[in-house]
Amino acid sequence: MTITQLIVNLAGLAAIAWIVWYFWLYRKEGVQVTEVAGVQEVNIKVKGGYDPDTIVVKKGKPVRLNFNRQESAMCSEMVVFDKINKSATLPEGEVVSIEFTPEEKGEIPFQCQMAMLRGKVVVTD
Amino acid sequence: MINSTTSPNSTNATEASANLPLLGMDCASCAQTIELALKNTPGVLKAHVNIATEEARVSYDANRTDLTQLVATVKSTGYRVGGAELKAHIQGMHCASCVSRIEEALRAVPGVLEATVSPATEIAQIKYVPGMADFRTIKQAVESTGYQTAHPLEQEQSSDQETEAHQREYKNLMAKFWFAAIISVPTLLVAYPSLSWLYAPYLFSAEISENVIRWLFILSGIVTLPVMFYSGRQFFVGAWSAFKHHSADMNTLIAIGTSAAWLYSTVALIVPRIFPEGTAEPFYDVTAVVTALVVLGQALEVRAKGQTSQAIKKLIGLQAKTARILRDGQEIEIAVEEVEVNDVVVVRPGEKIPVDGVIIEGRSALDESMVTGESLPVDKQAGDEVIGATMNTTGSFKFKATKVGKDTALAQIVKMVQDAMGSKAPIARLVDVVSSYFVPAVMIISVLTFLVWFNFGPSPALAFAVVTAVTVLIIACPCAVGMAVPMSLVAGVGKGAEHGVLIRNGEALQLASQLKTVVLDKTGTITKGKPELTDTITAGGFDKSTLLRFAASADKPSEHPLAQAIVQGAVEQGLELYETTDFNAIPGHGVDAKFNGQRVFIGNLKLMKRENISFDTLEADVTRLQSEGKTAMYVAVDGKAAGIVAVADTIKEDSIEAINVMREMGLEVVMLTGDNERTAQAIAKQVGISRVLAEVLPEDKAMQVHLLKAEGKKVGMVGDGINDAPALVEADVGFAIGTGTDVAIEAADITLMSGSLRGVAYAIETSKATMRNAKQSLFGAFVYNTVGIPVAAGVLFPIFGLLLSPILAGAAMAASSVTVVSNANRLRFFKAKSFTEPSPATAQ
Repeated sequence: MTITQLIVNLAGLAAIAWIVWYFWLYRKEGVQVTEVAGVQEVNIKVKGGYDPDTIVVKKGKPVRLNFNRQESAMCSEMVVFDKINKSATLPEGEVVSIEFTPEEKGEIPFQCQMAMLRGKVVVTD
Repeated sequence: MINSTTSPNSTNATEASANLPLLGMDCASCAQTIELALKNTPGVLKAHVNIATEEARVSYDANRTDLTQLVATVKSTGYRVGGAELKAHIQGMHCASCVSRIEEALRAVPGVLEATVSPATEIAQIKYVPGMADFRTIKQAVESTGYQTAHPLEQEQSSDQETEAHQREYKNLMAKFWFAAIISVPTLLVAYPSLSWLYAPYLFSAEISENVIRWLFILSGIVTLPVMFYSGRQFFVGAWSAFKHHSADMNTLIAIGTSAAWLYSTVALIVPRIFPEGTAEPFYDVTAVVTALVVLGQALEVRAKGQTSQAIKKLIGLQAKTARILRDGQEIEIAVEEVEVNDVVVVRPGEKIPVDGVIIEGRSALDESMVTGESLPVDKQAGDEVIGATMNTTGSFKFKATKVGKDTALAQIVKMVQDAMGSKAPIARLVDVVSSYFVPAVMIISVLTFLVWFNFGPSPALAFAVVTAVTVLIIACPCAVGMAVPMSLVAGVGKGAEHGVLIRNGEALQLASQLKTVVLDKTGTITKGKPELTDTITAGGFDKSTLLRFAASADKPSEHPLAQAIVQGAVEQGLELYETTDFNAIPGHGVDAKFNGQRVFIGNLKLMKRENISFDTLEADVTRLQSEGKTAMYVAVDGKAAGIVAVADTIKEDSIEAINVMREMGLEVVMLTGDNERTAQAIAKQVGISRVLAEVLPEDKAMQVHLLKAEGKKVGMVGDGINDAPALVEADVGFAIGTGTDVAIEAADITLMSGSLRGVAYAIETSKATMRNAKQSLFGAFVYNTVGIPVAAGVLFPIFGLLLSPILAGAAMAASSVTVVSNANRLRFFKAKSFTEPSPATAQ
């Protein structure tokens, strides 16, 4: 095996390791939500993903997520909260709010209809 | 299109405020430009431009400036003011000169931004700020000039926003496609110089120098750049945003694939020396052609998706635009959004009912098919509920509005259907897990493919490695996998709504497709739930109508439902009833009444025994009636047997047919009732049900459903949403028979807008078809990927010497996602056995 081959192979394996780490193993830090007038409100930008995509909220207090879709790609046209049976169509450029009150500790995932874009609400005590 | 709400409230007499929807904003700096311009306008007190909502909120002194001025200011900054638009037909326009008069009058209406009247078409086109102006004020303005206008003309309303957005997206993508396609042609030609004899036999007849080819390639590389960054822009933008979120999607694959091809080609062109002999071959054509194909695929997908959700658009389109209401004794026409609860609405023949309400005057037959799926017109009179968006036929009536805006049945239906379309079928949850690993997995496979070819492939190994790695990225289609179930769900839920079947969510749909047993509540579900007069059998020389007349007259003061059924029956036959002079209800027996100088007893056998009246001759008839599930009532006049009248809860016209369809589908149909065994069996026999659970107390119904579930089958329960609620919840799928305008029945997984059992059969048929469709798509998508990716990686090469061109991979990828959407669209043409077209004989 020549030096070039060795380098290429090592680089390939490194790339694989990096893909595994970056896309699967990486743990994101959540955005702690501040409370305004009793409502835990956060603005989420929808553009190729949800920004922020991990939202930490307290249980028992109403949560309002304001989605603002800033792209026309149809993938993100809908946001689905399967666990709490809520969904909303997000017209481009409009703010659409989803409101709910988490009663239990845990995670409430949300995603686009095809589950390509994902986010979650982490409910803490 | 932008929605806006305007609050023309004023704190003092001259201060006014308006929300102006803005168009053409795409940067934060333009917000400031507009804001500054507005603030500098004399008379403006406050101005704030919200970039997110694309609205300018302006407070101004109404004495010093006006909307027209503000609109002009916005225009002067290079942007436009949006707003609602309506078209109205102007009646009686004869001259061109009246055009300017009408236009002037329209422009004078507060809130009207623009008004143009075309004398040729007699149509006024008015742009206005919703909330400040409405059709009423516009109509007044037209009338002030001496002309008439009736309705706003039908036009794309805000409900069509989505359609519009889709159309824009489609046009946008098609423009990108054409651009990429045009560039693709020369790059392809350059990439295959050996084919030049096809199109220019003489041009390259001589050996062309390597230098020329090299320059042609360089040119290809340059013209491919705009393809990547204009036509393929969304791939890079999408990939980058996804990347920031530690996720990857289809965009990532296409972006990496096309840019890898371009980069490799460019390096090969510029420094061919670093590559082994024979591998420095550029392939810009892949970048251009793949981009073109995938963009075309996306465009076709957008178009097909629009069709998939057509059902909901149809529902939204049902909404009436205007309503004629009585205000201060005058009939005025207003936009439907302005109708308030308790308004009295006037409906003329052939008109659409604007909102939900209760008839207070008049009668008519209403075509409710668009909401309930019931094909025959329904007779309605004072006291009956009417549903907004249904159609009046020939009568006219007035009704009091009870539900408006988002509370109407139609609005609730739309919401429910939209929610259901956005929900997940359990099968999709599994798919989601797969898709979350899919794209990174493809990237890993691509790297591995590269390494394998690089290490073990034939010469030129590097070129093979790059091409196969790129092909793997391009052929993988996560979209097809992820879209399969949601697309079918959208089509299926919409299909259900077409016949008044509202499926709550994907889970209900999937479970409904798996049902093995359907439990039907008897009263009100199989039967009408209201006793009706069925038989009159005479004795002692009475004729039928006299007997019925006596029976009904005696029963008239009674409130017993059976008595009421007899009275109703007599009235329907046009019989005139006597006034009772003496009436006595005997609990547990019947009634004793006097009129016309005669004494009439009507009641059960116990009553007749007490009064010593013999009915021996009718014994056989009574037994027969009872075995048919009917209740026989004895009638005696002046101490002698006069005959028998029988009432029964009659079976709904289409119950038998619906139950037949369910049995044909292989479902076990069970009847559940609190009635006695004999009545229950009688009904069951008529409708063809063999399994009957009779004498079940209302509180035990849920228990019975539970026991059926214990048999290991999926059980559906059909009943009304109130009394049967516990049983509906207990069942795997609860079907509630809707009543009037109550749509959101909590306990139900599926709501049937019409009382017909055919809805149940239809719901199950639709669910089965939808799930079958979803599974087809899903299976197809999985097979496509599991076969496509290895083939792209070159597994066929060692044996067959076959290698997939990245261009073919791009075409396959685009085709696969289009196929999924098209397959879902096939559901639109699904023909249900439970709803065959009504024959001319039954349709009125």
